[in-house]
Amino acid sequence: MRLKGRHWFSKTGLWLGLAFLYVPIISMIVFSFNNSRLVTVWDAANSPTLKWYGELFANDQIMGAAWLSIRIAAMTATGAVILGTLAGLVLVRFGPFRGRALLSGMTTAPLVMPEVITGLSLLLLFVALQQLIGWPQSRDVTTITIAHITFSMAYVTIVVQSRLAGFDNSLEEAALDLGAKPGKVFFRITLPLIVPAILSGWLLAFTLSWDDVVVSQFVAGPGSTTLPMVIFSKVRLGVSPDVNALATIMVLIVATGVVVSAIWMRRQERRRAREMQMAVAANK
Amino acid sequence: MARRPLPQPPVRLVGGRLGLWWQLFFRFGPPRWTLYMRHNWAGKRLVIAVPYVWLLLFFLIPFIIVFKISFSEVRLAMPPYAPLWEWVSERAVDVRLNFGNYLFLLTDDLYVSAYLYSLKVAAISTLFCLLIAYPMAYGIARSSPATRNLYLMLIILPFWTSFLLRVYAWIGLLQNNGVINKVLMAIGIIDEPITMMQTDFAVFIGIVYSYLPFMILPLYSNLEKHDFTLLEAAADLGASPIKSFLRITLPLSVPGIVAGSLLVFIPAVGEYVIPSLLGSTDQLMIGRVLSDEFFANRDWPVASAVAIAMLLLLMVPIMIFQRYQARELAGAK
Amino acid sequence: MAERRNDNKNEPWRDPSAQAYVEIQNVTKRFGDFVAVNNVSLKIYQHEIFCLLGGSGCGKTTLLRMLAGFEAPTSGRILIDGKDMAETPPYERPTNMMFQSYALFPHMSVAKNVSFGLEQEKLPKAEIAQRVDEILDIVKMREYAQRKPHQLSGGQRQRVALARALAKRPKLLLLDEPLGALDKKLREQTQFELINIQERLGVTFVVVTHDQEEAMTLASRIGVMNRGEIVQVGTPSEIYEFPSTRFVADFIGSVNMFEGRLIEDLPDRVRISSPELGGVVYVDHGISAAPGANVWAAIRPEKITLSRAAPADASENCARGIVKEIAYMGDLSIYLVKIESGKMVRITMPNVERLAEHERILWDEQVYLSWHSSSPVVLTQ
Ligand SMILES: Nc1ncnc2c1ncn2[C@@H]1O[C@H](COP(=O)(O)OP(=O)(O)OP(=O)(O)O)[C@@H](O)[C@H]1O
Ligand SMILES: [Mg+2]
Repeated sequence: MRLKGRHWFSKTGLWLGLAFLYVPIISMIVFSFNNSRLVTVWDAANSPTLKWYGELFANDQIMGAAWLSIRIAAMTATGAVILGTLAGLVLVRFGPFRGRALLSGMTTAPLVMPEVITGLSLLLLFVALQQLIGWPQSRDVTTITIAHITFSMAYVTIVVQSRLAGFDNSLEEAALDLGAKPGKVFFRITLPLIVPAILSGWLLAFTLSWDDVVVSQFVAGPGSTTLPMVIFSKVRLGVSPDVNALATIMVLIVATGVVVSAIWMRRQERRRAREMQMAVAANK
Repeated sequence: MARRPLPQPPVRLVGGRLGLWWQLFFRFGPPRWTLYMRHNWAGKRLVIAVPYVWLLLFFLIPFIIVFKISFSEVRLAMPPYAPLWEWVSERAVDVRLNFGNYLFLLTDDLYVSAYLYSLKVAAISTLFCLLIAYPMAYGIARSSPATRNLYLMLIILPFWTSFLLRVYAWIGLLQNNGVINKVLMAIGIIDEPITMMQTDFAVFIGIVYSYLPFMILPLYSNLEKHDFTLLEAAADLGASPIKSFLRITLPLSVPGIVAGSLLVFIPAVGEYVIPSLLGSTDQLMIGRVLSDEFFANRDWPVASAVAIAMLLLLMVPIMIFQRYQARELAGAK
Repeated sequence: MAERRNDNKNEPWRDPSAQAYVEIQNVTKRFGDFVAVNNVSLKIYQHEIFCLLGGSGCGKTTLLRMLAGFEAPTSGRILIDGKDMAETPPYERPTNMMFQSYALFPHMSVAKNVSFGLEQEKLPKAEIAQRVDEILDIVKMREYAQRKPHQLSGGQRQRVALARALAKRPKLLLLDEPLGALDKKLREQTQFELINIQERLGVTFVVVTHDQEEAMTLASRIGVMNRGEIVQVGTPSEIYEFPSTRFVADFIGSVNMFEGRLIEDLPDRVRISSPELGGVVYVDHGISAAPGANVWAAIRPEKITLSRAAPADASENCARGIVKEIAYMGDLSIYLVKIESGKMVRITMPNVERLAEHERILWDEQVYLSWHSSSPVVLTQ
């Protein structure tokens, strides 16, 4: 009974915490349908309205920046997945080698490195490189992507590492034993098994890149303004309702994605459970 | 098959701090002979080299450059800093190490107070984060497996939406004519709106709000592993719930607390976006100072010195974090 | 039972000219400072089922993994079919391994798992399909070919793992605790199946186990390991009847051990005075030890006779005691007798006939223990 009492306490804490997480988002969604330009005044007469959504889609600057951000995020995610998977594989499956510790340090440090430092150091690198070898000539999509890959590959590495550590390497040994060379072992055994980690790593890297404003501000050139940079300069000047509309769209996309994947996973699990039952029944 | 001796830390090769880092890391990643390593297949070196070279080039070397520039003098040129060394003749090189930037940081009140303020804000936010996250993580860990996943999804979902927009949402809530003030006035608790925007409070809220999942997840993954029959045993032995929490659950969850707190504290010290949007302009956090030095004053050497000083300040927490991370991954095995 | 005829064809290790298929020469494996395998030398012949038997952590798996090529010896050589394996990676060795955890690829069906090795040999598709069918027939898993591993029971998985390891028709099959995950009944059944398959396909088996009964059932020869060293190699009956050390005598079956001193040491007989027995042990075969040396006489429980009446010659190989415990096991009974020196002795007697109550030896009765002079084994270490 006494235990139950405390459980009740933590449940309340949980619900209050969830409310804390969702109230701002919900208020943003609600106000995106508000007719008034003053974000916090609810114009009951003319709301709800889709006015701000119209304005958002008519805003070339935002749309252009969004497209740029999507491109950068997709490239970042792909690059980060390749590098992060290799790093994770090397750290978990390659055993000790000279310099392993440095690699493991360099893959965990970016997880907590303050963004201003990452941004500053990468910009100084690009400037130094430009002086030294003439590349990169200007700061643009390439420099942003490189910067984003660098800090997001750490996340992919962690995800891949923990997935790899989760299953026994006797699977890979069995494949070697059956005559597959290491490269083949990777593509036939290791890779298929870490696909879930790679997918979630890709999504994670995509979001991190899509979200980043600080590092981009350092390494972006004049012609390459990403969506977060546009939003940042907009909201620094005050609240603007079309940003509410943008936020609502993003929440909608993410929520749909999450719900769909949850349903899919649920279904997979059911199928698995059914198959298990079948197997047990067949054994009797 | 070539037999390899266990690698020795290359202390003599790189020396000093790197050697120390090496040894630290090496202890935490236990030497295991594992699959791909035992065989000399052609691509092995390449596979190691690709991520390695990338990280050396885009993560480690940039720090060295920042370090170097922090000893330069500012000048009006592009790039706006003087080289550290110049060949004065064929034989002689003129090295000018300028400690002025660091002296400047120490003597100018602006920087010292910005550092202290950042540490204070980060520490208080981390504490609040912990206080909010602990019951949440505990609640999730003690719910049934099916609902657990639902809760986790609800915690992570805001993380996938834009961070910037989530901070922005608070502006609408905290403004003088914002939602919170309106609601409070409508209920009749207050007559005048409370000023919340551009206060420390707003910054705390912003940081706690944005970093909450980073605190909850490590706490949850720790608490989830707990054997709650321990608590029942304790209750059975007559311990009060509070006592058994303090004596059993809390000590066992220290690793989760440490990891979560560091994941919040370290980036919060250098936070730039949240104080820019929600904080006051009277007292700047160090991230803002850095970017002002860099963008507004175009004083790259001082900006670099600020970054290096921040890194030094964060060195110990970062190392503790890495130690924890390596242990976690080793434990997953 | 794998009792084989005693000629050199079936027992190539008795033939000095026979060519060993696997030769392990002074192999040592260190992990850091820890010596997992210590200076092991072994010869394993074709068509053998060689069991590596030993307690947990004694280095069995490590030795097997060195044969498979997953670990490199710190020193020493491994030859398979006369070829030094030092530079041969696992994917080029003529061996296949059945893993203790089975290590079935979870994302592939049973058929795909079994065909994986054949695909690496780039055989034509039709031949692969035919060989997969064939081997699945042997392990009686053909109707499950399209299942995924998680849809199989433990015993079925074990069969698939065996089929996968056999599919490539390796000359040498390494099995790491192949039956460890099965329950006792299934285990015994599978042991005989393993022997059948081995005889049918003519593969050489090296089996790791920590279960001595399993080793006795399966093995043509057993190598007993202790702390990284091979302490004795021999056929199951040699190991049981003539253990070479106290460790082996104790590890295989149970044994009564009497410490004593050599008082008579002739080529054809030995006398040992043992205070622990409270008498003299007479052994009708010679040993190699100096007179006066400290030795142990080991006597198996089933080789001791229990009687109410004193034996005819009670001066040697005899002791008197009180029955302290009786355990009825069905086929036999175990008696624990406290002899006059205070030592507990274990005796097993088959329950041949149904004895009436008054004929049975009961608790707290005074009894005499005696044994034939060929029964004790004299151990010097
Ligand atoms: N990669 C490794 N690194 C360090 N020590 C190891 C490694 N592999 C094995 N060992 C050690 O070597 C010893 C022998 O291990 P091994 O796995 O060969 O034992 P085993 O005889 O198979 O035992 P079990 O019956 O429990 O499987 C153990 O003490 C183990 O801790
Ligand atoms: Mg083992």
